[in-house]
Amino acid sequence: MPGKTISEKILSAKSGQDARAGDVVVCRVDCALGTDGSTPMAIDYFQAMGGTRVLDPQRIVFALDHYAPAPSRATTQLHQRMRDFAALHNIKLYDVGEGIGHQILVETGRALPGGLAVGADSHAVTYGALNCFGTGIGSSDLAAIFVCGRIWLRVPESIRVTLTGQLPAGVYPKDVALALASELGADGATYQAIEFGGPGVATLDLEDRLVLSNMTVEMGAKAGVFPADYRTAEYLDGRATAFPIGIAPDQDANYSREITIELGQLVPQIALPHHVDRVTPLRDAAGTAVQMVYLGTCTGGRVRDFHQALEVIRAGGGVAPGVQLVVTPASRQVLETLTRDGTLAQFIALGAVIVTPGCGSCCGTCGAIPGDVNVISTANRNFKGRMGNSNANIYLASPASCAAAAVRGSIVAPEEIRP
Amino acid sequence: MTGRARVFGDDINTDYIITSRRKRESLDPQVLRQYLFEELDPRFAATVEPGDLLVAGKNFGCGSAMEVAVTAVLGAGIRAVLARSFSRTYYRNAVNNGLMPVICDTSAIREGDQLSVITNDGVSIRNLTTGETIAAQPVPKIMMDILAAGGLVLYFRQHGDFRI
Repeated sequence: MPGKTISEKILSAKSGQDARAGDVVVCRVDCALGTDGSTPMAIDYFQAMGGTRVLDPQRIVFALDHYAPAPSRATTQLHQRMRDFAALHNIKLYDVGEGIGHQILVETGRALPGGLAVGADSHAVTYGALNCFGTGIGSSDLAAIFVCGRIWLRVPESIRVTLTGQLPAGVYPKDVALALASELGADGATYQAIEFGGPGVATLDLEDRLVLSNMTVEMGAKAGVFPADYRTAEYLDGRATAFPIGIAPDQDANYSREITIELGQLVPQIALPHHVDRVTPLRDAAGTAVQMVYLGTCTGGRVRDFHQALEVIRAGGGVAPGVQLVVTPASRQVLETLTRDGTLAQFIALGAVIVTPGCGSCCGTCGAIPGDVNVISTANRNFKGRMGNSNANIYLASPASCAAAAVRGSIVAPEEIRP
Repeated sequence: MTGRARVFGDDINTDYIITSRRKRESLDPQVLRQYLFEELDPRFAATVEPGDLLVAGKNFGCGSAMEVAVTAVLGAGIRAVLARSFSRTYYRNAVNNGLMPVICDTSAIREGDQLSVITNDGVSIRNLTTGETIAAQPVPKIMMDILAAGGLVLYFRQHGDFRI
């Protein structure tokens, strides 16, 4: 028998079976996230299943992130149902303002090397940055986890993505993710896991890896898993009390496809409306006017994203007239850090709109974008209507590239603003 | 299961099936069905009939994992979706709600064709309009069991846990 991928090893351990790509196994879940977008239906289904007791509430986390703050009476009622259910079953709930569930899960040390963490939201793939098999599930699955703590999963084939070299100045993990989306296409990794490896991994710190893992679902991937190393341990130090050393793939593991990305060869990338895989080098879109610059989300709403953006805006002398700059920290922890280190005050001085930590207007459920505008965003999706307005055009790029557009009022490479 | 083909293209994401802002106000499939595909085909909701079959190209249901993108389809009386490929979360949610996802070559199916989904001994599609038969990818046993139960809720009501 050939060796195993990271995914096969984790799902073997969690199912107690010799799991190989293509097998369907039932796995014990280490942690499950429910958001306000998915949990109300899961509560209905739990009750319809005849559920009365949540088997292991310690393994479940709720986050009120999609409607934060609640934009209507109906969403307020969804929130209250979740609060009541969480209180009744002793489930930890992060209320409005605490941030995006995925970010909270990672910050609080719940996504651990070798673990299986699922989220009833597609961007649960983010946890892969910590060598955790993170995958998106539905409300039915979450209800079943309430009942029995387990989930059915088809063991995925894996695509190996080998990273070599080091990112040049002005090029960021988001550019790597967009280049990969361009290479694989929006369905290039469907039903499969992406497993990152190679010497370039060591040059990326945890916040960089989170961006890459987060974006793998835009290629259809079931998970986007990194190996664990000293940077993983550094990140978890102080967040988790004890954590395993991590799972590495066998040398002779089988991959469905192997791709190498030379980090040093990359230039800034941009996804054009309305497809995540409609990617070109950013310079080819230069000159396109933008009216809104959106910094935030589970892809680009962490501390370093705001630092990178601020550096470019300051170098460029501020925000162009007619551009609305929106800052949505991914979590309260991010907001607190930005407050402490002065970043937030600088964004306010630049005229930025500061939004409650959470999903913001990324998915159009809260604070939809106002008019028929061009938006450049640090988010992960640019579908027509995604931000709540189907007449808007959404461009996706790195925080630095978004910041450069804020300075110029049009799309421009960050190195032209900050040589 | 026999019905009329309602044909869509590639990369139909869940927000195109039902925009996520609609689920803020109601999770009721009978309410949500009125907004099915409202951005792509504003006439769809008024012309869909119980028994219609959705037909799409590659990567159907990509994007958000929201399950209303399945329950709203069921709410309109659609029992199966045929596509060249599905996003994995849509596929899961379909199985878990008893909406049959069929992976097959859909390129020769035209809007309005009468299709029959045949599920003995594997899955195949008979196009009654053209006389053509299309082979479909087999569905693993646990998924067939969940589909046969009518979804994960009914499966759990029967079994109380996974049986595999």
